[in-house]
Amino acid sequence: MNRSADALLAPLTAAMAGAAALLLAGMLGFLLAESWPALAHGGWLRFVGLAWYPLEGHFGLAAMCIATLAVAALAILLAAPLGLACALFARFQAPPALAAGFRGLLALMAGVPSVVYGFWGLTVLVPLVARWQPPGASLFTAGLVLALMILPTVALLAHAALAAVPRSLLDGAAALGLTQRATLLKVAVPAARRGIAGGVLLGLARALGETMAVLMVAGNVVQLPASVFDPVRVLTANIALEMAYATGTHRAGLFVSGLLLALLVLGLAWFAARLEPRHA
Amino acid sequence: MKHTLTFLATLLAVLAFLPAAHAAEDKLVLTGSSTVAPLALEIGKRFEAANPGVRVDVQTGGSSRGVADAMNGLADIGLVSRSLKPVEAKTLVAHTIALDGVALIVHAGNPVRQLDDAQIKAIYTGRIRDWRGAGGPDRPITVVSKAEGRSTLELFLHYTGLKNSQVRAQAVIGDNQQGIKTVAGNPGAIGYVSIGAAEYAVEHGIPIRLLPMAGVAATTDAVQRGRFPLTRPLNLVTHGAPSPLAARFIAFAQSPAVRDLIEAQYFVPPPR
Repeated sequence: MNRSADALLAPLTAAMAGAAALLLAGMLGFLLAESWPALAHGGWLRFVGLAWYPLEGHFGLAAMCIATLAVAALAILLAAPLGLACALFARFQAPPALAAGFRGLLALMAGVPSVVYGFWGLTVLVPLVARWQPPGASLFTAGLVLALMILPTVALLAHAALAAVPRSLLDGAAALGLTQRATLLKVAVPAARRGIAGGVLLGLARALGETMAVLMVAGNVVQLPASVFDPVRVLTANIALEMAYATGTHRAGLFVSGLLLALLVLGLAWFAARLEPRHA
Repeated sequence: MKHTLTFLATLLAVLAFLPAAHAAEDKLVLTGSSTVAPLALEIGKRFEAANPGVRVDVQTGGSSRGVADAMNGLADIGLVSRSLKPVEAKTLVAHTIALDGVALIVHAGNPVRQLDDAQIKAIYTGRIRDWRGAGGPDRPITVVSKAEGRSTLELFLHYTGLKNSQVRAQAVIGDNQQGIKTVAGNPGAIGYVSIGAAEYAVEHGIPIRLLPMAGVAATTDAVQRGRFPLTRPLNLVTHGAPSPLAARFIAFAQSPAVRDLIEAQYFVPPPR
């Protein structure tokens, strides 16, 4: 009985894994097929420019590509140090009851739908920023909202990585009479660096792919930002804003944005996979 | 293993035939403009109540989708919140069920009471960047425009004679609600939205004000009298002559029986 169950398990899991891989390949194939009319028609070069006026025949994605990277970079620059600090506090310094509550809070934050962050950003954060640096909806605001969204991911993964640091390392540090500061920054963090970096990359991937929250607070103007307070449009928002209204080459052009975004995230995932410890 | 395969095969077969299964005879599929869809939904409910057994399915996706779906038969009726373009009118027939006006809105705290067409153009092309240049306070203007493909944008561009690449916006938005929230949250902002949606927002205490266009106050009343310059028809479009069921629905949507529904959405029944 057990043997036959075992005999079933391997092909079954293999089939499931195969299906998942097939779905991903199918999605990439679909993206490529849908973008093909635009790629074949005018070639690659038309997507390199800065101007995006699809109804007038301008399909430049460069400004949106740069804006996507800039918004995600700003978000991760804010969220990484903050998330690491949260994790260190919860793992080593908070009293156990507070640490458990704090972790629960982070998990709750991770579960809040992005549209809620976006709505809060649009009705609270954008007017606040507008009073200080009009128009308010900008790269800065988008980065801020995204940082808040990915903070729990970064913090929880960093916490898990810190919790996996062997007790013996910490005991050794204590035996050497190191200060807490040295123990945390020179022993615990370096030992957990792969896990921490993995969390940061996961957060970055989420920041790149986030749509609704950014759509509501970034201003969505296609341009190279001259300052962080300029409105920008990211690739995901471009698709969400125009897909429902697009036909023909315009629609194919939006699929090219999607393809570009998928390639960006895949590149990031590949990079993250290289960071994973080989024998974890 | 074998059972799993059979199960997967069955699942795939069911999935493959789903689209065919939902094309019932007494069902009307309406797709298109997000401006017309809420009205079509209400009319559809009343039509269903009056015609037991009939189902009216309304999906949004913009006027472009309404035109495309009506053209290639994906929808029985397309919802289009503008007049048909000459090339579209060759194959499609438009049945107007209501009128809507598009008006400029500013923050309620903005002292500017009106803008002439030249000022509107100058603001939207970035030649006037501060409210001082339009008779207002010393405050930078936040120009709010719409994303490409929206019929509100097309109507606005048509009225001002601008191309979208000439518009210098500080914020690009999707639907009317996002536009109203953006302007309400920024004292220096100017945007354009459907008059119906803007009047509703004003009545509910949202701090925005509608600006007159070419000296005509932006009210549903002015739209009704055909005096407001930025007016658009809300159309049900069909590919050639409608099917019998679709024809009944269109007649119902144009009858006095739905007048209260049209007014409840701040649209205006077309002159008969």
